[in-house]
Amino acid sequence: MEDWLEVAGKKYRSRLIVGTGKYKDFDETKRAIEVSGAEIVTVAVRRVNITDPNKENLLDYLDPKKYTILPNTAGCYNAEDAVRTCRLAREAGVGKLVKLEVIGDDKTLFPDVPATLEAAKILVKEGFDVLPYITDDPITAKKLEDIGCKAVMPLAAPIGSGLGIRNPYNIRIILEQANVPVIVDAGVGTASDAALAMEMGCHGVLMNTAIAGAKDPILMAEAMRLGIEAGRKAFRAGRIAKKLYATASSPLEGILN
Amino acid sequence: MGMNIKINGEDKEMASGLSVAELLEELQIRPARVVVERNRAIVARDASTQLAEGDTLEIVHFVGGG
Repeated sequence: MEDWLEVAGKKYRSRLIVGTGKYKDFDETKRAIEVSGAEIVTVAVRRVNITDPNKENLLDYLDPKKYTILPNTAGCYNAEDAVRTCRLAREAGVGKLVKLEVIGDDKTLFPDVPATLEAAKILVKEGFDVLPYITDDPITAKKLEDIGCKAVMPLAAPIGSGLGIRNPYNIRIILEQANVPVIVDAGVGTASDAALAMEMGCHGVLMNTAIAGAKDPILMAEAMRLGIEAGRKAFRAGRIAKKLYATASSPLEGILN
Repeated sequence: MGMNIKINGEDKEMASGLSVAELLEELQIRPARVVVERNRAIVARDASTQLAEGDTLEIVHFVGGG
């Protein structure tokens, strides 16, 4: 049976979305992404270094025809900056999909929810396909869906923390009520975290540091791909109920006495 | 005659009447890979955008990020 992740009208085979930050170089970025199997990759918008003669560009390593480029608004602390960043990103000609993140505080990197809602309204009105990074709050998720966001992306834990899903119960409530994909964004540490998100029924997982920060990023990229696939298959297969006592696996008839 | 403009936060003196396309060429930046904002408005990266004294430019591109 075909099993697709559908985001903003486009179908993807992979449910893993990866970032491109923190790698040693563009070559490592490219190899890790290839091994991860991801088809959507996030990028940031920054000033060109006008005095540096080295003009290598990330997009020279990531073909926008092969990957869906998902520009983020990382580093924006208010709605205005986030909207400005999205407009610049769209002008680069890689589409209208954006990862909206409006940061509220640089220690936790938790989102500023009111500012995120404000920016989302403007961006949806301007025709962007908005994927907002949010806290694991079902009310915020619902509001963003109502505004017209194409997915909601609750954090598992703070960005780069590697703590895994800290509040699976909230994620479950978000999943229960959402009519758009729920993509766990940020906080994943290892493959089992990604698998758990999938087993819960999340539609996708977005990560960067968990792969780029691993001792062997290429091997971790593969582990994440497998974790996502295993978790998704387990979810679709339907796990057994948890029980306090044993249930014998071998038949009781025919036991020697 | 030169003109003073600000590019990515740096004060620069460039030849008067430069277009955005000429500026990018001067800076050895490939137009296809960047987006240019002049005085907070996105502008075309070609000869149609003429720069003027006191302009503030932002030249941005995609970098690695999550």
